[in-house]
Amino acid sequence: MNIMTETALESAVSDKMNGTPNETIKMRGQKVCVFYGEKQALFDVNLDVRENQVTALIGPSGCGKSTFLRCLNRMNDTIDAARVAGEITLDGEDIYDPRIDVVELRARVGMVFQKPNPFPKSIYENVAYGPRIHGLARNKPELDAIVESSLQRAGLFNEVKDRLHEPGTGLSGGQQQRLCIARAIAVSPEVILMDEPCSALDPIATARVEELIDELRQNYTIVIVTHSMQQAARVSQRTAMFHLGYLVEEGETDKMFTNPDDKRTQDYITGRFG
Amino acid sequence: MSLMTVFVAVLAIGAVAFFLGRQRALAQDDGGIKPHSRAHYHGWWAFLLATMPALLLLVVWGVGSNVYLESHVRSQLPQQSAESALANPALAASLTKSLANGLRRLDAQTATNPPATFSELQPLLATRGVALAPDTQDYMIPVAVDANRTQDWLSVIGAVLILIVSAGGAVLGLSQIQVRARARNNVEKLMLWGLLAASTIAILTTIGIILSMLFQTIHFFESVSFTNFFFGTVWDPRFAAAGSDSSEGQFGLIPLLAGTLYIALVAMLVAVPIGLMSAVYMSEYASPKVRAVVKPALELLAGIPTIVYGIFALVALGPFLRDLSAALAGGTSFIQAQSVLTAGLVMGVMLIPVVSSLSDDIITAVPRAMRDGSLGLGATRSETIKRVILPAALPGIVGAILLTASRAIGETMIVVLAAGVAAKLTLNPFEAMTTITVKIVNQLTGDLEFNSPQTLVAFALGITLFALTLVMNIFALYIVRKYREQYE
Repeated sequence: MNIMTETALESAVSDKMNGTPNETIKMRGQKVCVFYGEKQALFDVNLDVRENQVTALIGPSGCGKSTFLRCLNRMNDTIDAARVAGEITLDGEDIYDPRIDVVELRARVGMVFQKPNPFPKSIYENVAYGPRIHGLARNKPELDAIVESSLQRAGLFNEVKDRLHEPGTGLSGGQQQRLCIARAIAVSPEVILMDEPCSALDPIATARVEELIDELRQNYTIVIVTHSMQQAARVSQRTAMFHLGYLVEEGETDKMFTNPDDKRTQDYITGRFG
Repeated sequence: MSLMTVFVAVLAIGAVAFFLGRQRALAQDDGGIKPHSRAHYHGWWAFLLATMPALLLLVVWGVGSNVYLESHVRSQLPQQSAESALANPALAASLTKSLANGLRRLDAQTATNPPATFSELQPLLATRGVALAPDTQDYMIPVAVDANRTQDWLSVIGAVLILIVSAGGAVLGLSQIQVRARARNNVEKLMLWGLLAASTIAILTTIGIILSMLFQTIHFFESVSFTNFFFGTVWDPRFAAAGSDSSEGQFGLIPLLAGTLYIALVAMLVAVPIGLMSAVYMSEYASPKVRAVVKPALELLAGIPTIVYGIFALVALGPFLRDLSAALAGGTSFIQAQSVLTAGLVMGVMLIPVVSSLSDDIITAVPRAMRDGSLGLGATRSETIKRVILPAALPGIVGAILLTASRAIGETMIVVLAAGVAAKLTLNPFEAMTTITVKIVNQLTGDLEFNSPQTLVAFALGITLFALTLVMNIFALYIVRKYREQYE
């Protein structure tokens, strides 16, 4: 990423300057602090996620961007020592409210992980997993339809339609990651969180997933953590820059990459640190 | 010189070689060329050269001189007529050797010139606390004296040879010390051989056990047919009258095998669900604090000797079940104190920690990514466990269950006390049945001759049991290994 030139950045940014921005706020984080035991990992982060946009979280390793992402569907709950303070809302509802069912929340806010993690089951079963546990299909044809449309939306259907009942672990890395995206789509979430979804993939598979993210934005709100500046520039409408647990700056992606307010953002995206 | 003295002397030479070697290596390091090995490696190499060949020779000489002595004694003993009790040369030789050992207790004067007859010698030896078999003959006395003399000579020659080898090794080791000598690599190589030897011992012992059982089993099948043993449904070995080969018995394996498998089945029905559930609790739900208490407590169960479980079954659970059934049925109890149920329940409790700790490891080995993936889709914990983790861990768990089953089949003390000795074929778990292990214990208890089918059958049973558990273990390992490849 360090060899990226300003012109390359600008052309990447201008490539996706089409479509009218939707300014409805889907999720809002206010004064979010996260503690791992004694150590504080996030400090008073205020960040809005806009509906049907891709929000990219960037910043050097250990800056808290993944931690913030995991707060959005309460995956931090699965870590014993983690504690979250502040308020995060989804459509105006506080997701840390005791009345909120975390299982329901995670069905609305899905997640795709850094490393492709298909279950050791068939491709079909991987995608059918979510609909099954949430009872989204009343019968087999309905389930089949969900599986097919999810795989289609993830751009995987044509590659796997003849081997739906072979193990998902037998696919290539890029295919596995798209399978995981299909799996997340299958429960019809409103928001999809992606934690460095391309970091384990080769450039061609990465391009494929990036295209997919751009298509998915029509129907879903997407938050993506990435280490790749080009990727943030290519796929996102808004970008948030984290550093040492603080939100440094947040704004429209093209502005962030061409004319950032903060010196640290400038330094990071031009490769001076990180 | 006794072997012990020689042994200590060799070690002493080795120690001297070590210190000399280290010093020499230190002295050679003048700061010019970088030494290949640090000084103490040179010391160790000298030590190893001084001790290892010498100790090997010690062992070989010790065994060899005994073999030689045995044949030497046998060649000097007169041939006996076939009717004599001493017709067996091994028996005569062993009597002579114990006589020779007895003579060593006497003072040197009497030992080299003992009384000529056994009747005179016996009271003399008795005062020294040496009891000899009354079969000992007068003509054995000079042979014994000669044997002692030969032995003395052999040990002196041996000691000298061993010490020469040891000193030679030390000199060789010391002469090899040079700045660039690769003492470190040499020591490493010897370490490798030492470790190899250690692991070979276990394998060789196993082979030895199998072979000895196999020979006795072949012996057994000389008097009892294969079909009688493997397909016979009646177990009635009778008692072997000493010296008579005519006592006919029936050695049907089927009732014992049925009892073994039945009790193991009951035990598994107890152990597998409970063990598995506790493993799931421990690996998925328990907080670190709870886990720190419960896991060791559960593993404590595995540390209780099985005889204790057996006693518990015999004196507590068995009578309790009997009385309970009597109360339920109103008078007559339908559960016997010793029964399949009692033995199976107690054995099941014994096996809980085995199942749980093996499965715990396997469940914990399922990558966190699997859990996250499922939880991230909005699955609950138990859905995640049921639909993702257990299926992913299933091959490993099956392997663990098979390993546990082979322990259940081989378990002895619980069934000896709790299962009963009646070799019956029944499906009623409230009645007593018996197992292969119980019958092995029964057939080998008491004063026995190892040439009647009544005792030899124990070896046939043992090897059957061995084959059974071996096959299960191999199958379990095969499954576990297959499972391991999944996440690579």
